[in-house]
Amino acid sequence: MHLHDFWFLLIAVLWTGYFFLEGFDFGVGILTRLLARDERERRVLINTIGPVWDGNEVWLLTAGGATFAAFPNWYATLFSGFYLPLLLILVCLIVRGVAFEYRGKRDDERWRRNWGTAIFWCSLLPAFLWGVAFGNIVRGVKIDQHMEYAGDVWDLLNPYALLGGLVTLVLFTFHGAVFTALKTLGDIRERARRTALGLGALTAVLALGFLSWTQADHGDAWSLAAMIVAVAALLGALGCNQLGREGWAFVLSGVTIVAAVAMLFLSLYPDVMPSTLNPAWSLTVSNASASPYTLKIMTWVAGIMTPVVLLYQGWTYWVFRRRIGVQNIPA
Amino acid sequence: MDLALAHETVARWQFGVTTVYHFLFVPLTISLAALTAGLQTAWVRTNREKYFRATKFWGKLFLINIAMGVVTGIVQEFQFGMNWSDYSRFVGDIFGAPLAMEALIAFFFESTFIGLWIFGWDRLPRRIHLACIWMVAIGTVLSAYFILAANSWMQHPVGYKVVNGRAQLTDIGKVLFQNTTLVVVFHTLTAAFLTGAAFMVGIAAYQLRRSSRQPAEERDRVKVASMRTSLRLGLVVALLAGLGAAVSGDALGKVMFEQQPMKMAAAEALWDGQSPAPFSIFAVGDVSKGHNSVEVTVPGLLSFLAKGNFSDEVPGINDTNAAEKAKYGDLARNADYRPNIPTTFWAFRWMIGFGMTSFVIGAAGLWLTRRRFWLAPEFRRDGDEVPLLMLTRTKPLSPFLDKWAWRLAVWTMGFPLIANSWGWIFTEMGRQPWAVYGLMTTASAVSPSVSVGEQVTSLTVFTVLYGILAVVEVKLLVKYAKAGPTDEQPPTRDPRLRPPGGGADADADADKPLAFAY
Ligand code: HDD
Ligand code: HEM
Ligand code: HEM
Repeated sequence: MHLHDFWFLLIAVLWTGYFFLEGFDFGVGILTRLLARDERERRVLINTIGPVWDGNEVWLLTAGGATFAAFPNWYATLFSGFYLPLLLILVCLIVRGVAFEYRGKRDDERWRRNWGTAIFWCSLLPAFLWGVAFGNIVRGVKIDQHMEYAGDVWDLLNPYALLGGLVTLVLFTFHGAVFTALKTLGDIRERARRTALGLGALTAVLALGFLSWTQADHGDAWSLAAMIVAVAALLGALGCNQLGREGWAFVLSGVTIVAAVAMLFLSLYPDVMPSTLNPAWSLTVSNASASPYTLKIMTWVAGIMTPVVLLYQGWTYWVFRRRIGVQNIPA
Repeated sequence: MDLALAHETVARWQFGVTTVYHFLFVPLTISLAALTAGLQTAWVRTNREKYFRATKFWGKLFLINIAMGVVTGIVQEFQFGMNWSDYSRFVGDIFGAPLAMEALIAFFFESTFIGLWIFGWDRLPRRIHLACIWMVAIGTVLSAYFILAANSWMQHPVGYKVVNGRAQLTDIGKVLFQNTTLVVVFHTLTAAFLTGAAFMVGIAAYQLRRSSRQPAEERDRVKVASMRTSLRLGLVVALLAGLGAAVSGDALGKVMFEQQPMKMAAAEALWDGQSPAPFSIFAVGDVSKGHNSVEVTVPGLLSFLAKGNFSDEVPGINDTNAAEKAKYGDLARNADYRPNIPTTFWAFRWMIGFGMTSFVIGAAGLWLTRRRFWLAPEFRRDGDEVPLLMLTRTKPLSPFLDKWAWRLAVWTMGFPLIANSWGWIFTEMGRQPWAVYGLMTTASAVSPSVSVGEQVTSLTVFTVLYGILAVVEVKLLVKYAKAGPTDEQPPTRDPRLRPPGGGADADADADKPLAFAY
């Protein structure tokens, strides 16, 4: 295995971590509209992710930074090519972050309502857009012989990618509902479980469609295996949710995300961004990557730091492991 | 305007707007994290309430500020790819490495421990909770270090070779530890601490002044004590950090003179080399004619800044431009290697002027708030009383002077922020037309596939969004700064980590409201 193959794997791991963790953050953000009935319940939801959402978002920053370091051409083509959707995602992440911090900082009905609206939309849009983006990466876009994106923004809105967007949107919301059931107490917990059932069923239908499409166009035996795991885990998560095994339901909805992202990256390899104009112009792990020396240094840094990060982030979840309910929300 | 120029100009404006904006929050984040950590340490060690209140108060302002620092940083991480894709391809091998290290080492650190600190008041043992804010403080410094190493490489590329038109890393040690990096880190950190210290001085002065107008029996003495401690802390830090910024700024000037002679000449509007070279205090020049029409100078001072003595020759703009033309040919547009001279010139002066004003106020404030030793007994004020500022050993000067001293102390909080922005504008605009000095021009760094329409869209979106957020943020800061420290009590019990679901303690806890919730 070349170092650039290893880094392809690592980038996949970073995106997987991001979607696993911020997936439920987005889901909870969306549920503040769908599930919460009043201000107190909304606050319960927001506080289930309060201490961790920022740390979760850093998985995205690290994926971005690592792509820059390990595959400069991928970083350059991807973010200049997907310019406007990325802009929208950035705006949402900005507003959403500020909304969490500032929402409770003034005792004013309208103020809280506006930030609440912001949380909902700014969770919903990125959850959808990331799916569109990854749909396009796997499907391939117009890339010319200079590795530059040659299409426009409408090319990105094709049926396959849009279906991908719907899948991530519903899947993350489902993941968020399962997370809510795991982290809350009382009435809201029951309702989260019921909501999860509907969302999970919808996810199963959409995901089966999207993943089969992926498998038909780009798949091999490995991606088929990942697809089977993803679908089985999703069904398992639904079952556990019904049985009230919330911990297991969460683990399995997480496995669904992991397997689905794995499937996308497996379909991609050894390309990192295929060209639909001419396969010879595709960005691949070798022509997009940094020099072996940079990869070696980054391998050392990642090898040492990743376990440390996992350790202290894990500890945070341990510290805040307690369920919360409306009674825990201070006036 | 021709298309290539428009492309570059819009991209530069966007980078300037988003980055200067990000850097309004960065220095406050860096310094307030450490200052809050210091105050909390004082509370944990002495158990005195004034420290607890100060911790909570500055902590709250710190959180309002860091929220903006975090979200504006997200844009930074992606905009090299968005607007500067050819730059990213060219330097990714080198520039990406510190950026990725920053995320892996520093951002995870900050973001995780800040969550623990905010929500952990009743979840963590006291000392572990204290350690969390120190972790955040360390994280902010690490973050500054890595990003400044990346930026320093653009100012002075080292440890690379160019292969197939791309810069390749050959020595990471040089990138992380070259003298440019070390000096810039020192300068930026001291400037950051000056900023936080002035912020503290300004708000504490505002609170104290307001308390002094209240009738004595209504005054909250603990609050006054906590603000007075904050004031003194801010003044001491402003003095030390201002000194550090001057020393490191001087060192930076010498490094820059060696590595980017054009920038130093531009900073001085020194058109033709002179020995000894004068430091210009004021100048009005004409770029097309290549000389100044009006100038006021201090003889020899520039030689000192650049070389450490008062007589050496310092090359001017015209000499340097000719030299770079000879060396690089027509790589730059019109083979012109001069940055925007008026901006560079004034930015340098505003940085020094505004920043050092706060340093002077810090020094003066320390003297004015002096205690026992120097004052006659009837003017001595206890730690929980508002001091008189303007007095000699034996008698107060006029109330008018006193009022103005307090006012000036409040105003000082804005100065270093202005200085920081101009410092960066100077650094970056003085490097033009280069994106990477001597290797890649800014014109060739932009994304070829992005249309000017798209660029203008994003520039507009960010400018409007940032404008709105600035209003929201300033209003919140003002609201909480005016409200002052609350009389919230410290957590009484030292919470222990408990086994999962274990013990009667946990059950009693289950229904308690959270100490902090969004
Ligand atoms: C409170 C803020 C502040 C204050 C009081 C000063 N500076 Fe500064 N300066 C900065 C804030 C700053 C900065 C914003 O932080 C910069 C931008 C880049 C950097 O590393 O620091 C900077 C850059 C910067 C540079 C450009 C370095 C380069 O382009 O490579 C020089 C030569 C100086 N400074 C010199 C000075 C001198 C001689 C000062 C006072 C005697 C001084 N600075 C005070
Ligand atoms: C945080 C403090 C910084 C500020 C305030 C700042 C400010 C600016 C400004 C005002 C410009 C526009 C220059 C012009 O119009 O001529 C610019 C350009 C740029 N800066 Fe910085 N900068 C900062 C840090 C950085 C860092 C850390 C990097 C690299 C990691 C960087 C890389 C660039 C690039 C790539 C450009 C565009 C190309 C160029 O004009 O040279 N800047 N910056
Ligand atoms: C142009 C280059 C820059 C990039 C790409 C960048 C990137 C970022 C990012 C992504 C964040 C958010 C981290 C989080 O979510 O926790 C952030 C915050 C921060 N950045 Fe920047 N930044 C830049 C310039 C600078 C400079 C020049 C400094 C310091 C000298 C700096 C210091 C910080 C600090 C202290 C924070 C706040 C800490 C935090 O909340 O994480 N940044 N930056």
